[in-house]
Amino acid sequence: MEENHVGITVEVNGRPHRSTVEPRTLLVDYLRDDLGLTGTHIGCDTGQCGACTVIVDGQSVKSCMVLAVQADGAHVRTVEGLAQDGRYHAVQQGFWEKHGLQCGFCTPGFMMQSVQILEDNPDPSDEEIRHALEGNLCRCTGYQNIVEAVKAAGATIRSGAETMAVGTGVGA
Amino acid sequence: MAVASPTRAFGASIRRREDPRLITGRGKFTDDMHLANAATAMFVRSPHGHARIVSIDTSAAAAHPGVLGVYTFEDVKGFISGMPCAWPTTNTGDTLKLATYPPLADGKVRYFGEAVALVVAIDPNTAADAVQLVNVEYDPLPAVINNEAAVAPGAPLIHDSAPGNQAFRWSLVGGDTNGALAHADVRISQTLVNQRLIATPLETRCAVADYNPASGEVTVWVTSQNPHIHRLLIALSTGIPEHKIRVIAGDVGGGFGAKIPYYAGEALCIFASKELGVPVRWSESRSENYVATAHGRDHIQHIEVGATKEGKITALKVTAYASLGAYPSTAAPGVPTWLFGCIIQGPYDIPNNEVHVIGVYTNTTPTDAYRGAGRPEATYILERVIDLVAAKVGRDPVDVRRLNFVRKDQFPFKVANGTLTYDSGDYELTLGKALHTIGYTDLRAWQAEQRAAGKLVGIGVSSFVEVCGLGPSSAANAMGFAGGLYDSATIRVHPTGKVTVFTGVHSHGQGHETSFAQIVARDLGVMVDDVDVIHGDTDKVQHGMGTYGSRSAPVGGGALRMAGMKIRAKAQKIAAHLLEVAEEDIEWVDDAFRVKGSPDKSKTIPDCAFAAYMAGNLPAGVTPVLEEQHWYDPENFVFPFGTHICVVEVDRETGETHIKRYVAVDDCGEIINPMLRDGQVHGGIAQGIAQALWEEAVYDENGQLLSGSLMDYAIPKASVMPHLELGHTVTPSPHNPLGVKGIGEAGTIASTPAVVNAVMDALSPLGIHHIDMPLRPAKVWAAIDAASH
Amino acid sequence: MHPAPFAYKAAHSVEEALQLLRSHEDAKILAGGHSLIPALKLRLTQPAVLIDISKISSLRGIRRENGKLIIGSGTTHREIEQSHLVAEASPLLASVAPQIGDVQVRHRGTFGGSLAHADPAGDWPAAALAVDAELVIAGAHGTRTVHASEFFTGMLTTVIEPDEILTEIKVPGEGTPGIYLKHRNAASGYATVGVAVTATHDHGRIGTVTIGVTGATPVAFRASIVEHALNGHAVSAHLLDEAASHAADGLECLSDIHAPAAYRSQLVKVMVRRALGKLLHA
Repeated sequence: MEENHVGITVEVNGRPHRSTVEPRTLLVDYLRDDLGLTGTHIGCDTGQCGACTVIVDGQSVKSCMVLAVQADGAHVRTVEGLAQDGRYHAVQQGFWEKHGLQCGFCTPGFMMQSVQILEDNPDPSDEEIRHALEGNLCRCTGYQNIVEAVKAAGATIRSGAETMAVGTGVGA
Repeated sequence: MAVASPTRAFGASIRRREDPRLITGRGKFTDDMHLANAATAMFVRSPHGHARIVSIDTSAAAAHPGVLGVYTFEDVKGFISGMPCAWPTTNTGDTLKLATYPPLADGKVRYFGEAVALVVAIDPNTAADAVQLVNVEYDPLPAVINNEAAVAPGAPLIHDSAPGNQAFRWSLVGGDTNGALAHADVRISQTLVNQRLIATPLETRCAVADYNPASGEVTVWVTSQNPHIHRLLIALSTGIPEHKIRVIAGDVGGGFGAKIPYYAGEALCIFASKELGVPVRWSESRSENYVATAHGRDHIQHIEVGATKEGKITALKVTAYASLGAYPSTAAPGVPTWLFGCIIQGPYDIPNNEVHVIGVYTNTTPTDAYRGAGRPEATYILERVIDLVAAKVGRDPVDVRRLNFVRKDQFPFKVANGTLTYDSGDYELTLGKALHTIGYTDLRAWQAEQRAAGKLVGIGVSSFVEVCGLGPSSAANAMGFAGGLYDSATIRVHPTGKVTVFTGVHSHGQGHETSFAQIVARDLGVMVDDVDVIHGDTDKVQHGMGTYGSRSAPVGGGALRMAGMKIRAKAQKIAAHLLEVAEEDIEWVDDAFRVKGSPDKSKTIPDCAFAAYMAGNLPAGVTPVLEEQHWYDPENFVFPFGTHICVVEVDRETGETHIKRYVAVDDCGEIINPMLRDGQVHGGIAQGIAQALWEEAVYDENGQLLSGSLMDYAIPKASVMPHLELGHTVTPSPHNPLGVKGIGEAGTIASTPAVVNAVMDALSPLGIHHIDMPLRPAKVWAAIDAASH
Repeated sequence: MHPAPFAYKAAHSVEEALQLLRSHEDAKILAGGHSLIPALKLRLTQPAVLIDISKISSLRGIRRENGKLIIGSGTTHREIEQSHLVAEASPLLASVAPQIGDVQVRHRGTFGGSLAHADPAGDWPAAALAVDAELVIAGAHGTRTVHASEFFTGMLTTVIEPDEILTEIKVPGEGTPGIYLKHRNAASGYATVGVAVTATHDHGRIGTVTIGVTGATPVAFRASIVEHALNGHAVSAHLLDEAASHAADGLECLSDIHAPAAYRSQLVKVMVRRALGKLLHA
């Protein structure tokens, strides 16, 4: 181990990773650069935009505001871990069906925060959704279809309906 | 929704085909390109708005372990000495003073954040450490920020080559404005400030360059709205042969105009990769984006209006001081001139009008196109003017709009300055629908009640027409743009009938992979899922001009339509041959060529494609394979229009504005995908509302950017956006192959004045008729406070 | 955005954290990190060592003892927001918590970290003043307790010494009605002005009113003039108007591109009046 590097073990999307990192490494850079999980994006440097939102030990956080060493021993969920068993998470499906994304750059952060919202309350009002998305910025959608996407995802979760299989609708 | 039939593909709200990769984290944005052995580039940036560089000491940085190179202007000038300007325009004789735009500061810094030195290191941490070790000594100079102050006598001189800091003068004149002003019943003078904005796509800019010394080829991944223009400008500015340059703009996280220009960041990544023999990546931070990526708007406009006592506007005279910032960015001179001045009379029949634009240099980040680019600045003037005239003559602003509209029977309509001919329109139609949707008559009654109860409630209307679908190349060339504005399509029908489409425009959120597949699916009678759309890679796609000015659907889509018709024409010959009938005995019905009178006897495009690739049984003169290409150069621009209405309540004690309702009725001609159209309108409105209420790039007198991060530059959040009520009408463009008009910028253009007009309507009982944007609570409260003393 | 290098030390007890603080020059405490990490990224601060106290379990938690609510300094804003105990025992704190930052920030940011940072636009200082919180500070020679009124000494400064750590905060837990009104900076979400008010009243007569104000001035303050004008008087709209109109008397307010001093002064008056109105129904 290099001087001033720290050994950490982080479970990401169910898979343990043992790494050595400089203490100054941000969790988002660790995910993107060390683990190659580039679905989590960086949109600002002051913690405003939420593009880097991931779920650490069941709580949504901005991974640009957390050091990788602070995630030692933690369970991290990222956008790459949302779909399970070949099926989309209800939130992914909601964003797709309701046109909740345009350029798609902020989308992983929005989806992770939406997962949090619906885990806290599977039937939020428009106002509750908008308030709970205050830490995520989108420049494309005006948010209207994002709110619709979260509501649609909530309805899917509440109904227990099966989501679409990954690979649907792309001509594959 | 998924659509089962190709005949219903066009016009359906189909789920986007690009989304599966984006919702699973499998998109490929530029910063996701992790090449083995790649180095990291970072810039040392100026902490001053204007200063002479006394010395640059790079020795400590160069000696820092892990640093591969540290470069200043002297090191890079042999590779690239200046960033090119592709729209060097003026129309008032020899007034254009195009200052040199060095990739790194050349002896002097002219704006806060200007790149002074380039550091390349083995990783981002090391590069960031080394940036701190570069020691630059500056001799600060007085800065000038305000556009009018910049051209006033005695202002600090920014470029020796531009005396008085004037970049150009530009004018358009239609009719006899001075005469009409002299004879007008009422006259209004007003100064409007269209503030400086920062585009803020959520993805900042990024470039990765990989130069191969053995082949002389370079691959550049870059956040670009127009990869072919980037390739051309890289070739012209660096001397690397164009055929050795591959530009890839994969997934791009929003552009809004700011990713049109060619910047030093990508150029110097190529330089460093060539110099060091490794791939080099530069990824902008947000703070860096706010100083290093082109800003938008920034006009001071002096307006004189003449009108009859009924409110018919007879004369409009605009003198605008527009900032280019410190250097001329790629398309910058064209934005406050042609894109602004041509459309100065908007949807109104104003027979006498003049626009004079003074382009100025200031000690600020260079400006360039920002969503709407010129047209929002013109629309804002007109829509404020209409309300000011209405107030002056004591009429409802809706009536004044109606009185001045270009009527439906006047199309095609040539504007007074002669530059544009509006293709089609029905301005009454969108206005009427918007008024009906919002219940205008009842709303005014409600407003009267609210006012009686002491509330400050206002209703703002904004009607607009925009010039989109840029554009005919002849017009572009005539306007001084150094490029054509055609676009291209290649349709490759594979032997199995699956289709790959190559388009010269670029999608960075617009959804072309879906909407363009819908166009082709209809024309070829195949399923949308069987059409893949490729864009953004100059090695895959034929030359194209990229995406801006709401041109993708009209021009890129037009090219696709034309190429599709070529496929159909060739396939028809094959189908007739296979069906053993004469070509004129078959017709295209639904999804196939069918024998007239025996529609069961048919051949589909996939049938024809298979035969075309088998190639042994083709009619005489028909070549193998089913692939066609078309370059579409439109005969005219397209002119979308609409009316937006906003209802606000202003908190008298805090100056806060609450949007209570927002109705938008847009007409962008034929609709390819209503869901995507609505998405474009939603996002556009959000940006326009934001200009009205929150956003502003603020500099202090020394040229420091005070709104230099998302802590101080307020783009809207979900909690402050109202629910938007959308409606639409369809007035097809008569000359566009698809009848489409473009929708990417409409929301931004219309919404800003709708909101400002609403707030001013709310404040009108206090005698307040204008406050410059953004209408932040503090500013609105100060006006209320001043009015009540 | 890449911080300058630093060493990282995780403490597992307050004693260990104090020991680490004493043994390292130029060390900074890392709790939730939501003020510190952005400053590190912008290289506004470049400490040699970070001492992470977020893993010290004794610093975390909410309990009630002898009628007082005792909140560990490492308790997150989100834990306070979701605490039934806080909702019952301190409506004011329950009103503040959901208005801080955003959900993600509240998941990490801590009560103690926010107080110790003493950001002039922070939310908790106003509330701490309004409830007259007692702040327990641990150091080499044991602990000391400081009242909120003496805790904040200036912009970004408190009485905490470099070798001390804020461990817990005690606030009254009788469920006194309280409310926090906040004018958010449209960009940052911080308080342009935040007003934290508690008030008791009985049969139309005001008992005790306390008012903490943040955002307006370099350091949060108690609006004592207004409190004195109200305490013990009969509730009336006129009284509240009159009292609130003096809420900004003598203030030298902060000024920035979003809110000039005069506007902050206006907000203080308006928001104090509105908060009083909500609590006293007049």
